[in-house]
Amino acid sequence: MAAYLIRRLWQMVPTLFGVVLLVFVLFRYFGGDPAEILGGLNATPEQIDAIRRQLGLNEPWWVQLGIFIQQIVSFDWGKSWATNESVAQLFATRLPATLTVMLPILVLETLLAIPFAMYVAHRRGSLTDRVIMVVTTVALSISFLVYIIVGQYVFGFQLGWFPVQGWSDSLWTNLTVYAPLPVLLALLVGLAPQTRLYRSFFLDEIGQDYVRTARAKGLGEQAVMLRHVLRNAMIPILTNIGLLLPGIFVGSFLIEVFFSIPGLGREALLAVNRSDYPVIQALTIYVAVLTMVINLLTDLLYKWVDPRVVLK
Amino acid sequence: MSAVLAEAPAWAPVSEGVWRAAWRRLRGDRVGMVCLAVVAAFFAMILLSALGALASGWQREVGVPNAPPTFVGPRAAEATGAIDSPKGPNADLSDVDPLAPRYKEWDERAAQFRTVEFAKLQTLPLGADRLGRDVLAKAIKGTEISVFVGVMAALVATLIGTLFGAFAGFFGGRAGDLLEWLYNVFTSIPGILLIFAFAAVFGRGIGTVVLILGFTGWTGIYRLVRAEFMKHAVRDYVRAAQAIGASAASRMFRHILPNVSHVLLVQLSILTVGFIKAEVILSYLGLGVPVDQMSWGTMLAEAQSELLLGHWWQLAAATLFMASFVTAFSLLTDALRDALDPKLRGLE
Repeated sequence: MAAYLIRRLWQMVPTLFGVVLLVFVLFRYFGGDPAEILGGLNATPEQIDAIRRQLGLNEPWWVQLGIFIQQIVSFDWGKSWATNESVAQLFATRLPATLTVMLPILVLETLLAIPFAMYVAHRRGSLTDRVIMVVTTVALSISFLVYIIVGQYVFGFQLGWFPVQGWSDSLWTNLTVYAPLPVLLALLVGLAPQTRLYRSFFLDEIGQDYVRTARAKGLGEQAVMLRHVLRNAMIPILTNIGLLLPGIFVGSFLIEVFFSIPGLGREALLAVNRSDYPVIQALTIYVAVLTMVINLLTDLLYKWVDPRVVLK
Repeated sequence: MSAVLAEAPAWAPVSEGVWRAAWRRLRGDRVGMVCLAVVAAFFAMILLSALGALASGWQREVGVPNAPPTFVGPRAAEATGAIDSPKGPNADLSDVDPLAPRYKEWDERAAQFRTVEFAKLQTLPLGADRLGRDVLAKAIKGTEISVFVGVMAALVATLIGTLFGAFAGFFGGRAGDLLEWLYNVFTSIPGILLIFAFAAVFGRGIGTVVLILGFTGWTGIYRLVRAEFMKHAVRDYVRAAQAIGASAASRMFRHILPNVSHVLLVQLSILTVGFIKAEVILSYLGLGVPVDQMSWGTMLAEAQSELLLGHWWQLAAATLFMASFVTAFSLLTDALRDALDPKLRGLE
């Protein structure tokens, strides 16, 4: 186990280096000149030159890469170019809002999609199954944007069930007043593809021999589905949740933009619009690290869910 | 004797090509054929619009602002200013007005610059936007741009993914490791962040959106093509080609590629649907298509504020066009996959 962990962590090094290199090359060679962005429109050539010296932009590229790696390792990205807030401070204050919305979405989506998918898979080929498949296909082809625009208009503006947008400092108020509408809309959109995917996982398992054996020895449908099929289908389902997990840190930026939730996703979008390089770079690299760690944790989870899995 | 040999024996079973067999299976799929017709109609419309035969005047303000759709009927006339304009002839002041002699000359000068006033329409087939532009024409133009971006980006991603996948799968070794590393790097960054990072440095515009989506979306197809090439590279027909002296490039692209092209076609259409949706969101956020061009995303961005005033038709038109195209295209993709790869039928 320890050997496995060490080897996996060791394998992350080249990938991580690649991510750093990609971000560095992208912003160093394709992005605009940071000195000009920072200096603004009225900067004199002397001021621009001073900024260049301060950022080390006149140094050769390997020195700049060194500075970049130093920033990553020391978690010190300096300050946002647009707001002068320190990048670390920025992340620390934006992350809670994102998680307040995204965690309920992920949990509810998973808890609802699994029973739905199991039910639909169990009735494969029936009218219910086919109707659900057609409805999800059509529902999926409408942009998420439309759901948010219409949902906000109908539930927030016309019916007045929820506040149209807003955020507060208290976690409880946020969860009970401001989060429900965004969570509900995200669920409406996310549930259909999730159900479809899990349905295919359940169908794979239902076709297996052990299901026929279980039925042949007289087990009830409930026992077959819950004790046999569900357990085996958990492996691909876990993989899928592992794939979705990194996404909750950037959040659904669309939701955050529409509902003015001060989260990381909205911050990333603002940073793109303001050419605020430190924020985008830091976010990209740290979320990439998180993704790799979560992938490793997912693999460890397999072992726990399915003892047959050998980690090597 | 020779004449008999030249002719194929009548009893020899004629083997069907993969594309012909797929077409036969597709023709038997009723849903697939309907979707094919819908998609073909959309592409014909896009072609006409691109050539300027359709919706070329989408920027003209042909209707009154926010004119409702025809089936809703014109808006009730609103009560305007309360003071009646004076009636009856004006008092003749020309003997005391010092400017009076020049009025005629000024009127003539003004007439030279007079713009043609045409009656603005009270209703349009699908209504008008806030400037009085025809929503139907905008939706057609938007379809052209959105579908163009989706298809082009999917082509770029497929090209990159196929080239990389072919090299990694065929040669393996160092080149394969390098490409595998690149794949790991790209997949360890969540897609939307990768798109944001590319958008931050590349700026805006149609070409940029195509490149951003293409550069960030090639990973899935790379993985599939790599697996296919690994499988095919050791097959007998490829080794036979090598034995008669076919070069590596010839084996990769003349022998193996046609045998995996059905995988590419299916992936291409799956990517197209994904990229169309992505383009709509990027354009809405202002990272995509510039404002002087129309896409479903920019229509939705305008529609949001119109909806608050009760003008729902632009939102409805953009949604209707997008939903019908994307639904038909996704169902066609499913039908294509079933037709080209019968082993997968009914899996999802």
